[in-house]
Amino acid sequence: MSAAAQARFAAAALDPGAAVPADLAQAGGRAPERRFAVYRNNVAVGLAGPLAARFPAVRGIVGADFFAELARAFVRAHPPRSPLMMLYGDDFPAFVDTAPGLEELPYLGDVARLEAARTRAYHAADVAPLGAAAFAAIGPEALAEATIRLHPSLGLVRSRHPVASIWAMNAGEAELGPIDGLPPEDAIVGRPALDVHVRRLPPGGAAFLAALHGGRPLGRACALARRVAPDFDVALNLSGLIASGLAAAIAPSPCKDPKP
Amino acid sequence: MILTTLPATAGVGFKPEHFGDVLADGGFGGFFEVHAENYMGAGGPPHAQLTRLRQDHALSIHGVGLSIGGAGPLDCAHLARLRSLCDRYAPESFSEHLAWSTHDGVFLNDLLPLPYTAETLAQVIAHVDETQSALGRRMLLENPATYVLFAESDIPETEFLAEVARRTGCGLLLDVNNVLVSATNHGTSPERYLDAFPLAQVGEIHLAGHDLAEGDGGAPLLIDAHGAPVADPVWALYARTLDRTGPLPTLIERDNDVPAWPELRAEAGVAQRLIDGAAAGASVSKRVAA
Repeated sequence: MSAAAQARFAAAALDPGAAVPADLAQAGGRAPERRFAVYRNNVAVGLAGPLAARFPAVRGIVGADFFAELARAFVRAHPPRSPLMMLYGDDFPAFVDTAPGLEELPYLGDVARLEAARTRAYHAADVAPLGAAAFAAIGPEALAEATIRLHPSLGLVRSRHPVASIWAMNAGEAELGPIDGLPPEDAIVGRPALDVHVRRLPPGGAAFLAALHGGRPLGRACALARRVAPDFDVALNLSGLIASGLAAAIAPSPCKDPKP
Repeated sequence: MILTTLPATAGVGFKPEHFGDVLADGGFGGFFEVHAENYMGAGGPPHAQLTRLRQDHALSIHGVGLSIGGAGPLDCAHLARLRSLCDRYAPESFSEHLAWSTHDGVFLNDLLPLPYTAETLAQVIAHVDETQSALGRRMLLENPATYVLFAESDIPETEFLAEVARRTGCGLLLDVNNVLVSATNHGTSPERYLDAFPLAQVGEIHLAGHDLAEGDGGAPLLIDAHGAPVADPVWALYARTLDRTGPLPTLIERDNDVPAWPELRAEAGVAQRLIDGAAAGASVSKRVAA
């Protein structure tokens, strides 16, 4: 098949309004339109279906019909560039942020971010969580200078909306209830073993984890967290990190060249 | 070059929702087949489950994203991922499709058809050669379910597949449901297709269900939907094939409206009894009414 013929076939398969490729045969005297439509349908379902599977809470919030339109528009703008469909849609949250018709759901993009982080966590590398003993072994005086490698499944979703609560309500993990008046939430997503967990972070927690992720020593990460949350509680956040199983390694000295 | 083959048993396409039931079952002796692309994440439950299944079962890794029938070059990164997956699980078989799915870097997530000409034959041979070299193993190439034909095609599909197998040394995966779907859609005879198929090269058979849709002018249009039990005419074509080949590894494929494990296992049991009959030298086509 020439590259040009394949290009015509691909374009026609992606666009329901296009004419069918001219190089198709009329098998048994039958025009190929109805038969070509099978490919169009397969391609449409094959590209939108994985988005519905990856973003069930977003789909639940907007309804199946609106989601189908949203997915079709996303597929047109961002067709997959890889056959790994389980991770298709990393750009979907940003697309949702600016998609028309969603002005009354300003939190929807962040719900999509949380769902995208869940899939990444599901497929991330397996690493045994670091226990409290490893932290104790560092010694309290050296702890401030220690660096912590976070678990490869860890994802942060920082939001101006109560994203974790909204997600939990729409994922069947919390009772449905009013969201007006709930404070903004930062969420941490991770998979220390086989199950993916979503947790709300305490004040300053996201800044703390982001700093650790950037290679900052523990003491510096605490200082950065206090800047955004003066009541940042280091003991609470550190024990939360250890309990969540999302610390992967600890090293007593800072890395040579932490990110600025 | 790794030349392993699946055992001549009935296998089932593995679905994660069946994992617990499969472990509790314990008595299923067939092989499992998985889609390669679903196991290309770094870790997590997919690998944990496959590692566990691999302890007790023969494994077929079935790719759906390599675009072997495409005009462009194969995706080297994807070949490397397939190599790494095959090295990790050492499957008895790796297979892919006579179809394309990627154009100009865009993945269409469907198995799209190609014309059969000297030009496409050379492309497919080069791609199968490249795949077998990259994986260090012999692969099987599957006949497609098609809905359209190309005016420029001048090589019958069976001859095309036979020539690819002859030139590359690859084996073939005979999907009997695809044979019926394509033949019905193009108004040709599935028996004649099977009579022309290079059966000596077949390393695995696929069986699946199809949907019946209304074609134009009232002509039947079959869709390879993998959402129903294997249809009676497919069982009949399968038994007719076993009469000629003897026992062959046979997969029950189900990707949509997936039933509970016992139902799929029972369907594999039907195939297993026909395989056993063929192994005993019986003519199994008499046991299946079309």
